[in-house]
Amino acid sequence: MKNPIGNLNKVFDSRIRMGVMSILLMNEEISFNDLKQLLELTDGNLASHLINLEENGFIKVHKGFIGRKTNTTYSITKSGEKAFKDHLEALENMIKGMHKPG
Amino acid sequence: MDSPSQRDQSLETLQDIRRMMERSSRFISLSGLSGVSAGICALIGAFVAHKWILEYYAVGGYVSRHGYMVEGEHDLKWRLIFLAAAVLAAALLSSTWFTWRKARRNNLPVWDLSSKKLLINMFIPLVAGGFFVLGLMYHTDWDYVAPTCLVFYGLALVNASKFTLSDIRYLGFLEIILGCVSMYYLHWGLYFWTLGFGVLHIIYGLIMWWKYERGVQ
Repeated sequence: MKNPIGNLNKVFDSRIRMGVMSILLMNEEISFNDLKQLLELTDGNLASHLINLEENGFIKVHKGFIGRKTNTTYSITKSGEKAFKDHLEALENMIKGMHKPG
Repeated sequence: MDSPSQRDQSLETLQDIRRMMERSSRFISLSGLSGVSAGICALIGAFVAHKWILEYYAVGGYVSRHGYMVEGEHDLKWRLIFLAAAVLAAALLSSTWFTWRKARRNNLPVWDLSSKKLLINMFIPLVAGGFFVLGLMYHTDWDYVAPTCLVFYGLALVNASKFTLSDIRYLGFLEIILGCVSMYYLHWGLYFWTLGFGVLHIIYGLIMWWKYERGVQ
């Protein structure tokens, strides 16, 4: 029998990383501060998860400036989009599969 | 392996994702009462304007091809402009307050990514319309002010509807239709304006309140 959680992506186990991906799927580009506000996180906590996602090639980082202040924005990559959608599909299948008796 | 707890967990995860997606892209704290309060401001303003216009005619004022041209002691034109500005300010303040109150009750921020997006996208047609109307008044084409306000406001709502409760879209369509029709009934401008900004806002606000906020206290 197929392992139902085999298709789930380990990277998205974390609720925070999953939240980042959900937000990036809906927004072409989003700043660090907006992410922080939406997910209700501290700087350090969010940064470590963003680095993890970047290292996996799921998100892209753009460093820019607004006046003299740094403005870092993030966007989703093609492979990030695919990985996250596969993850969602796996979750869905898991729920559907469990409706069947036996 | 097929434990119900695992299923619940997956369901919860999916709901979490859905909530994050929605919260980051749509401003959901818009209150129906905001619409009602803006509509009431419009009705009061229209009532005062109507009274002033009747008084203007009663003392022998007349309307030429180019609007209210008889200046002097009554200065109807300027009084109407100040009245319109006051109505706009009152409507914005009261509607912001109701929306702020709803956001606070739901423990959501009022000023965040979604409200910024909503405002920017709403203000693009609105500011364009504002300058257009100022231009009309500059060229003393007062006849077209009410239809133009309605059409541009309708376009602003349709544009904004992608970033908040989607019901706003249909209110936008109604305002656009009303504006286009009123273009052919120019001397009924104030009545169309009152219908669009007063009556429609109140009806729509009540519907939205009924749909999303009733019983949620």
